[in-house]
Amino acid sequence: MSTSHPQQRQSLAALYQPLPIRRTMFNVGMSAIAFALTGLALLPLLAILIEILRQGLPHLKWEVFVSLPAPVGVQGEPNGFANAIIGTLMMVGFASLLSIPFGVMTGIFLSELGQGTGIANFVRFITTILTGVPSIIAGVFAYGVIVLTTKEFSAVAGGFALSVLMLPVVALTTEQALRLVPTNQRLASAALGASRLQTTFRVVVSAAIPAITTGILLAVARAAGETAPLIFTALYSEVWPEGLFSPTPALSVLIYKYASSPFVEQNQLAWTASVVLVGLVLCMSVLSRLVTRRRFN
Amino acid sequence: MQERSEQASNQFRAGINLEITTAGEENLWLDQGFTWLVRSFAFGTVILLFWLVWAIFDKAQPAIQKFGLSFLWSQDWNVADLSFGALPFIYGTLVSSAIALLLAIPIGLAVALVTSENFLPPSVRSPLAFLVELIAAIPSVIIGLWGIFVLTSFIQPIQQWLYQYFRWIPLFSTDPSGYGGYGMLAAGVILAIMILPTMAAISREVLLAIPKELRSGSMSLGATRWETIFGVLLPAGRSGILGAALLALGRAVGETMAVTMVIGNSPTISASLLDVGYTIPAVLANEFGEALDDLHIGSLMYLALILFTVTLLVNIIAVLMVRLIGRQGKMPGF
Repeated sequence: MSTSHPQQRQSLAALYQPLPIRRTMFNVGMSAIAFALTGLALLPLLAILIEILRQGLPHLKWEVFVSLPAPVGVQGEPNGFANAIIGTLMMVGFASLLSIPFGVMTGIFLSELGQGTGIANFVRFITTILTGVPSIIAGVFAYGVIVLTTKEFSAVAGGFALSVLMLPVVALTTEQALRLVPTNQRLASAALGASRLQTTFRVVVSAAIPAITTGILLAVARAAGETAPLIFTALYSEVWPEGLFSPTPALSVLIYKYASSPFVEQNQLAWTASVVLVGLVLCMSVLSRLVTRRRFN
Repeated sequence: MQERSEQASNQFRAGINLEITTAGEENLWLDQGFTWLVRSFAFGTVILLFWLVWAIFDKAQPAIQKFGLSFLWSQDWNVADLSFGALPFIYGTLVSSAIALLLAIPIGLAVALVTSENFLPPSVRSPLAFLVELIAAIPSVIIGLWGIFVLTSFIQPIQQWLYQYFRWIPLFSTDPSGYGGYGMLAAGVILAIMILPTMAAISREVLLAIPKELRSGSMSLGATRWETIFGVLLPAGRSGILGAALLALGRAVGETMAVTMVIGNSPTISASLLDVGYTIPAVLANEFGEALDDLHIGSLMYLALILFTVTLLVNIIAVLMVRLIGRQGKMPGF
């Protein structure tokens, strides 16, 4: 039993003393602010989703998927945006045809052929910069290259603009997907006498196919929701699309046109189209994220 | 964890210089062809960026030759007279982006901290981060639609209140009652909503990448959680967070639809945030479809070139800064 030194006893007591009130207040106060701001960040998402469902769901009937937009003021005629859905599918399809080969090949270059070299780093840097190109610039580019040359607003121009936006997304997600394939599999394949072509496609790419598909889905979802690149490349029309070389409606452009329309019925149709578009886009991105998470975490 | 094993495997690959080309005769040509094919596709992707710059620059020539650099500070925009100047649009773009950054940086950092620190159990943290990132998946035109029908009527009373009590500040000096909630403030708020996911997601990545030792070191010296955050974590992640803010700025500057739908689209330069305005993307979206004259198209191309140059510079700096923090090539795109 030793008697402790008075000084030592004091410092032991300090261990059990709570923090000075100022420091405690600062800590608690900052936590409260951080949580309040996080709540504030979630507010718009909820507000937007609730408003879309509230305004759009009641009018979501089968006829909107099969009929053309009804002329303003006409009562009792089926009102819908089937032409815009077809237009969006046409342009996103065309954009996929252009961007998927380029994107996947660039991803293969980044992860397989060029990996570790300076050239690959440069290509990756440029691709990353491409993801930051504003969507309206892709539209301006397609306008300059295709619309001014062919003197025609067309689905081709719209699809081309969308492909510029899809390409870097596909390329970078493909690279990520390929990198997750273990190196041992490449070595084993090479050791068995496979050529580089065989190793890349039969072993590496085929193992990464689900993840690559996820990236493509994300890019498609992004492209389907884009408006800015389409307004002055594909323009818009109220009739069925007439082929690849004429003005083509799109779901997103229809929402834009009808949102600022003075007619309530058109505003209404814009909300209904939003339910369809948001449903499509959110499903695709949530789905793709869930798939990636399950595979890689 | 997964990141680390990935890195290890990459080092391994770099170390042994993976040369798995076959020696077989018949496969050799196929292999060479395949290598060149992949290379040319990758080269195509690089070319695309330069093609973008060149095509826009080329089509802007009529306006560049006519107006030169004075285009940047000229204020006229009159299609009938064919006199064009970029200043009101540059001003509107900068001001709306500044409002957006001012709002999105603190909120984004708060989200990043709440979802990266251990305030909440991990089972709540990741879904929370995911929900905030989900905003980025909503198409911009739909956020604009919501802006027209919900945000403007929500923001109008706030604008009235600001005008009533703070009109002596130049920022709130114009009467907003005629605009119905449309204007610079609404555009800034809607932009803030749209760039918030970028700010939050990248700051979160940056904070998660800070070594655990720094945090435990600070805590063991007796710092409280927030003293650690302000004294150690935020300074350590400074360049990455700045990079996140720059990437968010890049998005804000180029964002088109939602802004076009709520900013009021009037080429005025006003110190007041309650006034209407115009941005470069908005004028491109509104006028390209109807532009017929070469000089008009050229001027719009010139505007696009200015916008593109600014976003390219901002993005390049941002990407370099985020890379400083380490996690290469891992950019949550949206």
